[in-house]
Amino acid sequence: MAKVTQLIHKYLRHSKRFPHVFCPGCGHGIVLGSLVRSIHYMGLAKDDVVLVAGIGCSGRIPVYVDFNTIHTTHGRALTFATGIKLANPRLKVIVIMGDGDALSIGGNHLIHAARRNIGVTALVLNNHIYGMTGGQSSCTTPTGSFSTTSPFGQLEDEFDISRVTKVCGASFVARTTVMQAAAMDSMISEAVMHPGFGMVEILSPCHTQYGRKNNFKTCVDMYKWLQKSSTPMEKYRELPPEKQEKAIATGIFEKKDCTGLEEKYARMRKSLRGEN
Amino acid sequence: MASKRGESRVKVFRDWCKGCGICAAFCPGKVLSVDKQGNVRVDHEDECINCGFCEIHCPDFAIMVYPREERPPFEANIEDVAPATREELHKTRNSNSK
Ligand SMILES: Cc1ncc(C[n+]2csc(CCOP(=O)(O)OP(=O)(O)O)c2C)c(N)n1
Ligand code: SF4
Ligand code: SF4
Ligand code: SF4
Ligand SMILES: [Mg+2]
Repeated sequence: MAKVTQLIHKYLRHSKRFPHVFCPGCGHGIVLGSLVRSIHYMGLAKDDVVLVAGIGCSGRIPVYVDFNTIHTTHGRALTFATGIKLANPRLKVIVIMGDGDALSIGGNHLIHAARRNIGVTALVLNNHIYGMTGGQSSCTTPTGSFSTTSPFGQLEDEFDISRVTKVCGASFVARTTVMQAAAMDSMISEAVMHPGFGMVEILSPCHTQYGRKNNFKTCVDMYKWLQKSSTPMEKYRELPPEKQEKAIATGIFEKKDCTGLEEKYARMRKSLRGEN
Repeated sequence: MASKRGESRVKVFRDWCKGCGICAAFCPGKVLSVDKQGNVRVDHEDECINCGFCEIHCPDFAIMVYPREERPPFEANIEDVAPATREELHKTRNSNSK
């Protein structure tokens, strides 16, 4: 197993300041490790991978790894990624966003990336909160839970990221948690290899801004909660409604054959040029 | 690969460990403990079954498990991790502390 940790170091930018900026026990670090392992085991060269990030704690992830990386503006990572993929379809483009980044400010881009089925992979790190800016509610903050901007409990209903992305037409949609790091590795690989738009929702605890206000004494309690409540889709379906409410369904929710937008574009260009 | 009880060594890189306690809380062999100050201790190395949980769930890449009969892949000190970039690391450290 030691190889696992050694391997991560082969991809880190040791010129950056370590340990990284995330709070103790922040799930985002586990996602970073998982991402590195999945890219490594897919056998992709560093130069063939582009990590595109938005703004937020999650957006800090690409800073630490030696791929092509770009830190864009809040909510717009998918637009940069779309441009990169269309300009150079050979590249594997992976977009890292927080829940606020992907669905609050960037919701419009997410639904259209899914509809267009542009062949990039979005990793949405869902911690149910705006972590970086001080714990304001995001559109995924669960109803009734507490945040800086919902001191008496969130009144609004939350988005189900996977459901939204699925109905918008994404070709690959899955959900996992950082507590299942091994499953996350293979889910990320599968999403990256699948043609069309892929989205993996990753539940990633933020104890600093969310957990503390919602009865989790320590970050470890949040991992215990993830362990207890995550339920594979097949089992989840059989639960009575009151149990479903407390459970987190995990697994692959959508996997359909589809041609990525960049591929359709290449075909059209060829035929207009009379090349086939 | 060591997978039987007592065939592994467990090392924590103190420079990078933030003391979150995830490794200690979920280790099936109760190999590790973390005190209130966030210091992680390897209490019962013999009980490690090399399940791999701690290495892939440590958010800070600060723990490593390796076969007992082997030399550590690198010392439990982060400066030995990437010798090629050690100089660079020192440079940034020095500039950070200014
Ligand atoms: C256009 C714009 N609006 C607002 C902000 C402030 N801002 C920075 S990060 C962020 C939210 C981050 O939340 P999320 O995307 O969930 O990431 P997390 O920190 O939780 O990982 C906000 C509102 C900004 N940087 N740019
Ligand atoms: S504020 Fe939350 S999301 Fe940001 S680094 Fe800390 S724990 Fe992670
Ligand atoms: S999981 Fe990692 S950072 Fe957290 S206490 Fe263990 S070794 Fe330290
Ligand atoms: S490999 Fe498993 S048994 Fe060994 S220290 Fe890590 S969590 Fe404990
Ligand atoms: Mg967030």
